[in-house]
Order: sequence, then C-alpha cells, then structure tokens
Amino acid sequence: MIQYLIRRIFASIPVLFGILVVTFIIARVIPGDPCKAILGEKATPQVCERFIHEKGLDRPISEQLVIYIGEVVRGDFGNSIRMNVPVTRLLIERLPTTVELSLAALFISILFGIPLGVISAVRHNSWVDVITMIWANIGVSMPVFWLGLMLMYVFSLLLKDTPFWLPPSGRVSPGVSNDPFFEVWGWTVGAEGIWAGLLVFLSRMNILNALLTGNWELLRDAIKHLILPAVALGTIPMALIARMARSAMLDVLGQDYIRTARAKGLGKAGVIIKHAFSNALLPLVTVIGLSLGGLLGGAVLTETVFGLSGLGRTLFEAITARDYGIVQSFTVVIAVFYVAINLLVDISYAYLDPRIRLN
Amino acid sequence: MENDETKIPQLDKEGLSHKSVNLWQITWRRLFRRRSALVGMGILGLLVFIALTAQWLAPYGFDEVLIGKENVSSREKPCIHLLGCPADQPQHLAGIDGNVRDQYSRLLYGARLSLMVGFSTVTFAIIIGTVLGAIAGYFGGWWDNIIMRFMDVLLAFPSLLLAIAIVTVLGPGLINALIAIGIVSIPAYARVMRASVLTVREMEYVSATRALGGSNMQILFLRILPNALTPLIVQGTLGIASAILDAAALSFLGLGAQPPTPEWGSMLGAERNQVFTAPHLVFYPGLMIMLTVLSFNLIGDGLRDALDPRLAHSS
Repeated sequence: MIQYLIRRIFASIPVLFGILVVTFIIARVIPGDPCKAILGEKATPQVCERFIHEKGLDRPISEQLVIYIGEVVRGDFGNSIRMNVPVTRLLIERLPTTVELSLAALFISILFGIPLGVISAVRHNSWVDVITMIWANIGVSMPVFWLGLMLMYVFSLLLKDTPFWLPPSGRVSPGVSNDPFFEVWGWTVGAEGIWAGLLVFLSRMNILNALLTGNWELLRDAIKHLILPAVALGTIPMALIARMARSAMLDVLGQDYIRTARAKGLGKAGVIIKHAFSNALLPLVTVIGLSLGGLLGGAVLTETVFGLSGLGRTLFEAITARDYGIVQSFTVVIAVFYVAINLLVDISYAYLDPRIRLN
Repeated sequence: MENDETKIPQLDKEGLSHKSVNLWQITWRRLFRRRSALVGMGILGLLVFIALTAQWLAPYGFDEVLIGKENVSSREKPCIHLLGCPADQPQHLAGIDGNVRDQYSRLLYGARLSLMVGFSTVTFAIIIGTVLGAIAGYFGGWWDNIIMRFMDVLLAFPSLLLAIAIVTVLGPGLINALIAIGIVSIPAYARVMRASVLTVREMEYVSATRALGGSNMQILFLRILPNALTPLIVQGTLGIASAILDAAALSFLGLGAQPPTPEWGSMLGAERNQVFTAPHLVFYPGLMIMLTVLSFNLIGDGLRDALDPRLAHSS
C-alpha cells in the first residue's frame, strides 16, 4: 500500500509541473498591457517602464518562468498587481468561502444522492425509481446559474415573510458578529506566518467558527446564507451520484452472492447495506471525486449569482483585469486541488479494492 | 422478455440466414424502444424544427426594437391571449426584454445558436481528439507520453475555468468561446480513441493488414477507427450536452456571444439582476437551455445502453 502511495504521488509530479507552465503561459499570453490595465489608460510611458521593471516583467520569459516556479515551490505567490496585497493573503481570505460552499454542496449531494439512488435500485421500476430518474436527468441538465437565480426568486421573493425565506446573497447578515474563534479565546496571534494564516483561514469558515465559539446566532445565519448557493451548486453532482448509485446497486443486486445471502436468512436491509452497498462504493467514489472537481468550476457561476467573493469569482475578475499574480496562483491552487482529489480517489480505490494495489 | 432482435433468424437449407442485421439497425431499434431516448429525440426534433424555421415562426425579428411600433414598455410581462390578456393588446408569449424586443422571437432564434454551438464544438474536439489519441495509442513511446501527459494537464483544470482562461486570451466572442470549449473537451475524445487503439492494435486482423502491405494510415482509418466509433458517438452526444451548458455559462459571464445575438446564456446574463422584477426574462432562456441539454443527455444515455453488447438481451 505504501509503495503504491509513493508511486502515485511521484506520478503526479510531472502533471504539477505542467500545470505551473500552463498557468504561467496563460497569464503571459492574456492580451493587453498589464501596466495600462492597472494604472489606467493615462499612465505615461515613463511610469509604465518603471512599473514593468519593478514587477520583473521586462526580464526574458524563461527567466520569469524559473523565478516563478522557484517562488511557488517556496509558497510565495507574489503580490496581486492590481490590489497590491500579497496573493497569499487574498487566498487565505477568499478560499474559505469556496471551500465552505463546495463542502456544503458535496454534503447535500451525497446526503440526498446516495439514498435516492439506492432506493431506486432496490425498488427498481417502481414510481420512486421513475421519479428519481426523471428528476436526476433534469438535474444534470440544469444550468447552475439558472437554478441559482430561480431558487433566489422562489425563496427570497415569493416566500418573503414566511419562515422559509432565505437570503439572496452574501455570507452573513450585517450586524451578526463573526469574531474569529482565536480572538474570542483570547489567543495572541501575530499578523504573519503560517500559523496565523491557518487560524485566519479556519476562522473564515463561518460555520466552523460559529461552532468553535458557540455563536449560535452566527451559525443559524451562516447556514441560512449557505443553503441556496449550496443547493444550486450541489444539484448536478447530486443527480450524478444518484444515477451512479442506482446503476452500481443494480449491478450488484443482480449477483448470485446477494441471493445466497438472502437465502441463508439474512435480513433484507442488512444485505443491501452490508453486502451490496459496500461493493457498489467503488464507482461512487469516482463520481464523488469527479464532481468535487466540477464544483470548483461551478463555484465561479454560483459565486457570481449569489454575490460571494470566493476563489472562483476572484479568479474570474482577475482574468478580466489581467492581474497576473492572482490568475497564476489561484489557477495553480485550483489545479493542485484537482490533482490532489484525483490522487485521493485513486488511493481510496486501492483501499476499497485490494486487486488494484497489488497489481 | 421476448423481442424481435433476440429471435433466431430463419435459416435456409445450408444453415445460412438470408436476413442480416447490422449493428446500426439493432441500435436504432433498441434506441426506439427506450422511452427516455424517445423523449430526448422528440425534444431535439422540436428544437431542430424551431431552429430551421425560426424566421417564419418568430413574430418579430431577434433584434427588432418595438419602441414606436407598439405600445409596450421595457421588461413587460408576457401577454398571452388564451390566458386572459386583452385581445386588443399585441401578443408577446414570453414578454418584452430590457431593450424592448419580443423575448419569444429571440428565444426561437436562440435554438439555432445553441444547436450550432453543440455540434461545431464537438466536431472540432472529436477530430483533433481522435487524431491525437490515435497517434498516442498507435505509435506509443514518446508520442504517447507527450500527448497523454499534455491531456492530463488539460484535465487538471476544471473545464469551465480553463475555457474562461482561453477565451480571455483569444478575446470574448461566440467563435472564441466555441474554440475554448472545443479545446477543453479534446482530452475526453483523445482518451477514448487511445483506449480503443490499444485494444485492437495487436489483433490478428490488424497484423494481417500490415502483412498485406497496408500503410499506417490505412490501418488507422480503415481497421482501427471503425472499432472506436461506438464509444466516440456516445461520448460525443453527451459532449454536446456539456458543450451547450459551458457555452451558455461563458455567455452568461459575458465572455461568449455578445449582444444583440439571441444566445440564451447571454440573454439570461443580461437580465440576471432583474430576476426579482422581471423573472420571465430569466426563466425562459434557462428553461430552453435545460431542455436542449436534457435532450442530448437522454439520447446519449439511450445510445450508450443501445450500443452496449452486454445489455443485448435485456429489454
């Protein structure tokens, strides 16, 4: 198992290197003059020259690439050219929004997707099955942004003045305090360093922060704000998971050992959960891993619709504003996440199916 | 369940069947037996009809501004005579958009764009993907390593984000959005093609062709490609669905089709801040996108099942 792990980790190094090169190239070939884009159309040539020299944009491309890779490996993402703040700080501030949103969406999609798929497989061709599959087909065909806007219309406007009302945008209502847990606990934390960054990162995940500080008002408010975007983002993976769970379960339920298990007198529920479901897990893990990657892409749209300044939204704005620093580093972070998720999927494969790790 | 494809064909004295049924006939028959695929084909048929006849079906032009022509105002609600809208008012089935144009006519014209987007991006991606996958699988070695590692890198980005980045490089616009979506969908086809090449490369009939003096091109296109067609067709049909969805998303973000092009995604994006005051301008374009994507998904799923030999005897 350890050998397999090491082999898989080494195999992803060339891909990571490729990602660095590709993001570097993308950031360089985005048309337009970064100086004019940041300092404005009226910037004089002298000002521009100094600006370009300061940012190292006048060195040979190959040199820039080497410097860039060296910096990234050391964990230094440079500054956002436009906002003039370290990119790492932006990441710490904005990544939690996306992580919280994606995890919530994944939670919803697994929570509803798996049981729906399993039930429709067990009750194959019943009305539950038919309705689930119609719904799942519609779900995978739904444009995320449209679903988001429609949910917003229903829950923020039509259901106004009912207990089902949900806020249309933002992460917390104004006036709800979300003091970071380490301040509430009276810890003294410096402004710099990995430790401080990690604490700020964690405290920016509102639900986690609310749980740690016991701030129930914040918890309720943050969950209310999270429901609509998470449902919008989670619908496609939910439908995919439901479909995959159904077909994997149908495959397994038709096999002889299930009949044997039933024939020797085991209860139906036990057989379904223990004998059938554990063997249907393998394809499900793939779908869940793949959808987690898709969530990061869908986050751009969801964050745009619901006015959240997360990773996707920031990256989109940076691309349009030609902010090299942000484009490069945020793309790298997302791609590394992606590679890591694929690695996790492979590892869980090996864990779930011994044949894979032994080959 | 008894069905005609499982019946043993009538044999003559020498034990030969007079009626041979090829794979495509079987596939068609199986496809027509699936209710979901039928629904998909029905929706798609309707959309193709709308796309072909939009200029006759649409009561107004897609960029026809109605100021001064009719007594309507910007973002007016739908007026449908059957649902009680006074008969003396002009009928607007999907209301009026922000620039005082008939939304219904624009929706009809939009069908052309979406279908065009779907077919052209997937054709582009299939052609390039198949060639790359074929080279990688057939020649192996360095070719394989370079091409497939590059595909891995492309796959390491969420497809929508990569498409956004490519459009930014090329500049916003419908054609550039199509190219971007085409590029990000190449790896899927390259992988399918490579896998098919690898499975048949060492087969006897391929060696036989080579022994008979067949060139690499002949082997690739006449012997190997036909074997890769079924997975490519399934992947392609499902690929059209996701291409349409991605193109709509790019247009929604303002990177794809530019106004006044009646593209559903950009129509929706232009009016998204009016969702509380004029929900019809957001609802209908999204519904059209969903129906189009749904039709391709249903057909793709149906095709996959119909082409799967393991399911040959199930109904």
